[in-house]
Amino acid sequence: MAGKITVHDPRGYPPKVTGKRLANRPESLDGKVLYLIDCLFDNADVFMEQMRLWFAEHMPSVTTRIIRPRESWVDDPEMRAKVVAEGDVAIIGVGL
Amino acid sequence: MGFALALEQAGVPTVPVSTHVFARLAKATALTAGMPTVRSVFVPQPVVGRTASELRAYIEGTDPVLKQPFMKGVLDGLTQPLNDEDLKGATFERSTPRLLEPDTEDNLRQLFIENGWTDYLPIILPTEERVEQMLKGTSLAGDRIVGRMRPTSFREFWEFDIEKVAVNAVMAGARPDYLPIILACAASGISARSSSTTSWATISVVNGPIRNEIGMNSGVGALGPYNLANATIGRAYSLVSQNVQGGSVPGDTYMGTLGNNWNYTACFAEAEERSPWSPFHVDNGFKPTDSTVSMFFGGWYTMSGFGPRETWKEKFIRCLLGTDHYSPPLIVMDPIVARAFVDLGFTKQSLIEWCAENARMPARNYWDDQWVTTLVRPHAVAGVEPYASRLKAAPDDLINIFTPNDIKIVVMGGETQGAFKMLSGRFSTRGPGTENKNNPTGLIDVWR
Repeated sequence: MAGKITVHDPRGYPPKVTGKRLANRPESLDGKVLYLIDCLFDNADVFMEQMRLWFAEHMPSVTTRIIRPRESWVDDPEMRAKVVAEGDVAIIGVGL
Repeated sequence: MGFALALEQAGVPTVPVSTHVFARLAKATALTAGMPTVRSVFVPQPVVGRTASELRAYIEGTDPVLKQPFMKGVLDGLTQPLNDEDLKGATFERSTPRLLEPDTEDNLRQLFIENGWTDYLPIILPTEERVEQMLKGTSLAGDRIVGRMRPTSFREFWEFDIEKVAVNAVMAGARPDYLPIILACAASGISARSSSTTSWATISVVNGPIRNEIGMNSGVGALGPYNLANATIGRAYSLVSQNVQGGSVPGDTYMGTLGNNWNYTACFAEAEERSPWSPFHVDNGFKPTDSTVSMFFGGWYTMSGFGPRETWKEKFIRCLLGTDHYSPPLIVMDPIVARAFVDLGFTKQSLIEWCAENARMPARNYWDDQWVTTLVRPHAVAGVEPYASRLKAAPDDLINIFTPNDIKIVVMGGETQGAFKMLSGRFSTRGPGTENKNNPTGLIDVWR
């Protein structure tokens, strides 16, 4: 041990990570309701509108609805509840 | 990402879209949320400033991370059956030992550098003896939990105790009698190492008797490297932040594109005795005999000037309009400047109100800002004032860009010159936003 010293670890304490499963996937999107979630970052609205147009042109059987949370970076339980209640699948984006 | 994970848990297949520079961050966030196989897709950076047709080209183009058509990733992500990994997620525990394996000083220094535990300036190694000595700076037990911190609002919180703060204080070269201030900074829960792309720092201002008890500098060079307490308290808070929140590693837990020199150290003391006005902490409800530290999230810009001279109004307006207005200004002024404003008939509050009243710009310019658009516009759309009125204004209408509550004034400096600075500094507790809110002044005395 000569010449060796003991020092503290400077890091904090991370939380335990608990595994969570993904949601079951539909076999196809035909007839499904797709929520396009505009996360409110600058220009995300333009991106989501282009996503909506892409689906309208290429997969018209998919019903698309654009939705926004009430604030950036802040959870919006009401919006999530609406997507869960009325939607089948979702796409969310996009920042910077 | 947080929305996507929550929706998956609620049974809604969800694909999050990020720009390619956030690929590592997206992967790390999904892993620590227990859902490492979340089906992320990527478009090129940037999205900001791109036209509708350019964004359509992103959608019809190639995912720069997955190296496949972007829409294939989207459609597969929403419809491909789940595999075993998707079904079980990832469960794991991480631990941080109290002590590291014994080694030579040279090897331990190298270990701290390789692990990203320093700011790449020399550190004092936190031996058991040094940490024990540091803990004498407080009467509280080392295992008492101080709080939680994270580099950004969508990352996981890490927890930390007094001993962990003391360890980082030793590394920074602080003295034990500085520890209560460092603890108060850390207890705010505001990180001095935000991972935001905007390269924020957190500036802390100390008020009350402790400034003189430990010999902080509020005189000549008050904002500079001329005092052990100022320098090491700010550095300790920064090291605490990066280490107790789970890191500050570029591309993973740090995304600031330019970086920020205030991240090394940014702790200052108000020159209460030489200010013509009440101390900052007294303005915010504390007693003059309280020792406090106030947190200002910003450090993004600095405007400087002298005066007040004959044309000070024009100068102040130029400075206020030159700010990036999503981050309100903390005005730091030498006592000479403060006293001169008193001679002109101003109180601190009336000067703040003058600044808010006269900092006006065309609505077009105000809204042509990515963070005002991202953070303020949703409130304006929801009808929250004063943002709603700013949104209703015609593009050429002049609108007030700050409210009086946004602007703060602190007095310090050595009276070698009548100088002032306007520093980006949102006086606010933890969390996203652009306006000053709540009261992020913490009492140091409870950590003695």
